Amino acid sequence: MTRALPALLAFGVVAVPVAAGLLGTLLPAFGVLPAIGADGPSLDPWRRLFAEPGLPRATLLSLATGLGATVLSLLLVALFCAAAHGTRGVARAQALAAPILATPHAALAIGVLFLIAPSGLLLRLVSPWATGLDAPPDVATVNDAWGLALLLGLVVKETPYLLLMTLAALNQIPATRLVAVATSLGQPKPVAWLKVVFPLLYRQIRLPVLAVLAYSVGTVDVALILGPTTPPTLAPLLLRWATSPDLSLLLPASAGALLLLGVALTAIGAWLAAERAVAPLGRAWAASGLGTGAGALRAGATLLPFLLLLACAALVALVLWSVAGPWRFPDALPDRVQADTWTSQAAALATPAANSLSAALLATGLALALAVAALEARARHGAAALPWLLALTPLPLLLPQASFLLGLQTALLTLGLEGGLPAVVLVHLVFVLPYVLLSLSGPYAALDPRLPRVAACLGASPLRVFLAVKLPVLARPLLAVAAVGIAVSIAQYLATLLAGGGRFATLTTEAVTLAAGGDRRVLGVFAVAQAAIPLLAFGAALLLPALLWRDRAALRA
Amino acid sequence: MTALPRRALAALALAPLAARAQDLPWSETLRRARGQTVAWHAWAGDERTNAFIAWVAEQAAARFGITLRHVRLRDTAEAVQRVLAEISAGRRAGGAVDLVWINGPNFLSLKQAGLLRRFAERLPNFALVDTVGKPATVTDFTIPVEGYAAPWRMARLVFIADGRRVPQPPRDMAALLAWSQRNRGRFTHPGVRNFLGATFLKQALYELAPDRTVLSRPAGAAFDATVAPLWAWYDALRPNLWRQGRAFPETGPAMRNLLNDGELDIMLSFNPAEATVSVAAGLLPATVRTFVPAIGSIGNASFVAIPVNASAPDAAEVVADLLLSPEAQARAEDPRHLGAPTVLDLARLAPADRARFAAWPRGPEALPPDALGPALPEPHPSWMTRLTEAWERRVAA
Amino acid sequence: MSGLLLENVRIAIGARPLFPPLSLHVPRGEVATLMGPSGCGKSSLLAFLCGTLDPALSAAGRVSLDGAPLDGLPPERRRVGILFQDDLLFPHLSVGGNLGFGLPPGLSRAERRARIEAALAEAELPGFAERDPATLSGGQRARVALMRALLAEPRALLLDEPFGRLDAALRARFRAFVLGHAAARGLPVLLVTHDPADAAGRVVHLAPDAEPVMP
Repeated sequence: MTRALPALLAFGVVAVPVAAGLLGTLLPAFGVLPAIGADGPSLDPWRRLFAEPGLPRATLLSLATGLGATVLSLLLVALFCAAAHGTRGVARAQALAAPILATPHAALAIGVLFLIAPSGLLLRLVSPWATGLDAPPDVATVNDAWGLALLLGLVVKETPYLLLMTLAALNQIPATRLVAVATSLGQPKPVAWLKVVFPLLYRQIRLPVLAVLAYSVGTVDVALILGPTTPPTLAPLLLRWATSPDLSLLLPASAGALLLLGVALTAIGAWLAAERAVAPLGRAWAASGLGTGAGALRAGATLLPFLLLLACAALVALVLWSVAGPWRFPDALPDRVQADTWTSQAAALATPAANSLSAALLATGLALALAVAALEARARHGAAALPWLLALTPLPLLLPQASFLLGLQTALLTLGLEGGLPAVVLVHLVFVLPYVLLSLSGPYAALDPRLPRVAACLGASPLRVFLAVKLPVLARPLLAVAAVGIAVSIAQYLATLLAGGGRFATLTTEAVTLAAGGDRRVLGVFAVAQAAIPLLAFGAALLLPALLWRDRAALRA
Repeated sequence: MTALPRRALAALALAPLAARAQDLPWSETLRRARGQTVAWHAWAGDERTNAFIAWVAEQAAARFGITLRHVRLRDTAEAVQRVLAEISAGRRAGGAVDLVWINGPNFLSLKQAGLLRRFAERLPNFALVDTVGKPATVTDFTIPVEGYAAPWRMARLVFIADGRRVPQPPRDMAALLAWSQRNRGRFTHPGVRNFLGATFLKQALYELAPDRTVLSRPAGAAFDATVAPLWAWYDALRPNLWRQGRAFPETGPAMRNLLNDGELDIMLSFNPAEATVSVAAGLLPATVRTFVPAIGSIGNASFVAIPVNASAPDAAEVVADLLLSPEAQARAEDPRHLGAPTVLDLARLAPADRARFAAWPRGPEALPPDALGPALPEPHPSWMTRLTEAWERRVAA
Repeated sequence: MSGLLLENVRIAIGARPLFPPLSLHVPRGEVATLMGPSGCGKSSLLAFLCGTLDPALSAAGRVSLDGAPLDGLPPERRRVGILFQDDLLFPHLSVGGNLGFGLPPGLSRAERRARIEAALAEAELPGFAERDPATLSGGQRARVALMRALLAEPRALLLDEPFGRLDAALRARFRAFVLGHAAARGLPVLLVTHDPADAAGRVVHLAPDAEPVMP
């Protein structure tokens, strides 16, 4: 029993909140919420939900932007990898993608906002000399009704993520050899890659792709910053109801959360169905002889580097606004550069920064401890440690957050638990643990199992084997996984908002609030501060091992 | 707004009598307040206000040993929902909200539910408030405040225009419509969920309603007839708004960014000294000019209230009193800090305190106080609620 | 009975045994070689002797060392040393750190250093204590791996195809090095290989269809 304890704990930490959340959403959706005196069951919440003007459009927008962002990201990654396979461009793209990945969704979305708004940096760079504009055009480039800005904001963040997942998965496929064989048969390289490598690759990255899909359908923070407003997509609409002073709106909000869940499941179902439909077409194409279109593929492949550069420009825009003095359109650069905004905001930054950091460190620490314990138990006891439970932990990544976080908030409130650091850490853990487990299981499995055996035969107890052999050898992956955990925790918006009862201010919640308007310099400061923490964590994960193992060539590689 | 369900009301009936402010001497309140922490839930959309709250926190710590924490809200409704949720869950003491900046429908909602502490009239500085000359300090949106909230600043709806592009600002709604038809996309208002946006509609309603007197009473059967001319005017205006009226900025400060960037020529604000404050902070160009409609503009007072389940009610009262002190009021009115008009009656102040309110330096961007025109009272909160719903339906469709 | 004694040792995957029950006695100072094709369970047998058998496999039979049964003892108490085909030196420790890993606790620092230096001298690597193992050649690392195992004062030595990675010239020298040191310490040695050239001492064939082997 104790052998399975770590796996049970890890699964429980994830499954119990999700189950409680779903239950806490299911019951109110049908009118059962004793805390506000609703005895149910009743269909009134659904009637109220469907009476909301703009609901069909909001739902459609969520579905469209979710699917669109996922398709686009996958397409960009596939085209790029196909054309750039074997070149140095891959390494460069990987290096560029890493800091973008570390940047939280909200900060990146704010940066994109600063770039593409009608008064944004991009237009300022070309005005007035190229466009003749001395006032920003009345064109909705952000918060547009079609959700295109939202789509861009999502793609900018998801493409680097899928790229890194793809590159990691490529390590497990003999891609170079396959491509070599195909090109020796006459296929142009990009076509060869798509026909031969992509089908094998896709199976490995299906989980991240579906996670991207679920996130994109249910995103709140990016939608609040870049998405349409009248009506918004479904998730922000629900949030409005969930935080309204009219408590009875919690019922249709819960109904809406189930609707959102349905939308996400529909999207996933549609995606899987599309897989099945496309597969035979793909096979036919692959077997259809020498391919053409390499030129078009190569052209398409340039989109990804362009996107990465856009993301980097977004980060630059954030930094620029945080140190800007007065800065009117169409000036490409601020009148002067000043540290005043930073100094005046230092006091306001202190508490959110401390909160962000403490939540991130605690959640990541706990997640690492749980993950290491579970993986260690699996290594030592095999099937008795119930490793299949670990395979179920990515479940919350496949659900839109709003669909169960609302119910979780109600549950926490009823138990009197919400509002403080413990509740926030617990809810963050639900998302940090799956990422930590997924990222750590590879390096853990890659550790030569004979190494701990040798150590044991030399007389080291299991604890000493773990502390003196396994941990040091895994130090570098552990630091990298810790950085991933910290990044995931920092980026949490809805989880922090709902678990913290709106009272636990983090850099992310503050930044999203400030994005509604007001001083862009202050917004820049908060966004930069928010992005700084995971970037520093990743930097440490790169530098510390190099420092630690400067005399140990085998571990530096 | 919403009537609390029976169960919650029953829970309240059993609540201890802490809901009514005890008849304690003020010195006792001060003593109990020392060392307490007050969570002041206040809208954080404006940096100037946030800075002012930070200053108040310093004063509270230095003078009374109170730790004041500014809980930044995106919307006051969040705090109201917090209190309602806590009461519904049975938490009758030790609540998260000690002090909340509140107005209008939110105030009405909490007052009607009996969730507010009655304290304002026993604050020592309340004696200085100009309850006669500024009736908005005791009547919030036609609802008598009756001590359930304390005022802390006055607000007036004003328009601000870029003087270079709008040499002749429109002084009534018909002129505004005509101007916007000639300058398409250069004016807008915040989304009506935002107080400022809703107030713009109320202002227009004042001018266009066939019978203005119904506005001081709850919106009943007369609603549709009263708002018909408003919608006719608005339907003509909307396609000429920024983004063709299909998207709206979320807040007043968001509009300020648009004006500064040159996307708009006219913006709205609740702060008559907005232009001065923003020009000084580098957020608006020095060419902006303030103006008000000829019939006057809606004015109200901002209040702070204390929920019955506050954790630190004594310290909250001390903070509310601090807000009413001449030093705080003078600092708030100073356009270098907030520029918000004071709620105090200067005649009731000692000469030394009165001197703090000596004329502030104002440039051409501001309107002198006597040029602000009459302050129109807020309509009954039900008008704002129904207008908001109706607007949302029209816009989302 | 001194030395290493196996009685009716069986290893199975599920219900399928890998080889017929094996009984074997390796007296002190002597070598026995287990030969068989790949996949016949040689490495698993050694793992069983070490106490580190993969949980997916099941095993039965008795093993004793110098008269004391090893069954139920955790690997760190069995005093059975093992060498693999790869040197498996701990990459995060220096050469000296590797060597000292298995030293019994309670030794003074001076004593530890002395033993490590002595081992380095025997391996013809004097002064290598602070070196990074990754900077050593394959042959040097193999010698360090043996000395590391010997410094832990084992009472038996298992060799899992340890010469496979070395080139022909090195192979003979290292083989002599290993067997010489083991004999000098009077250790029973069980060598597992599929290459007949590596065999030493008594050769036992391990194959699924062979008759059970008696000592």
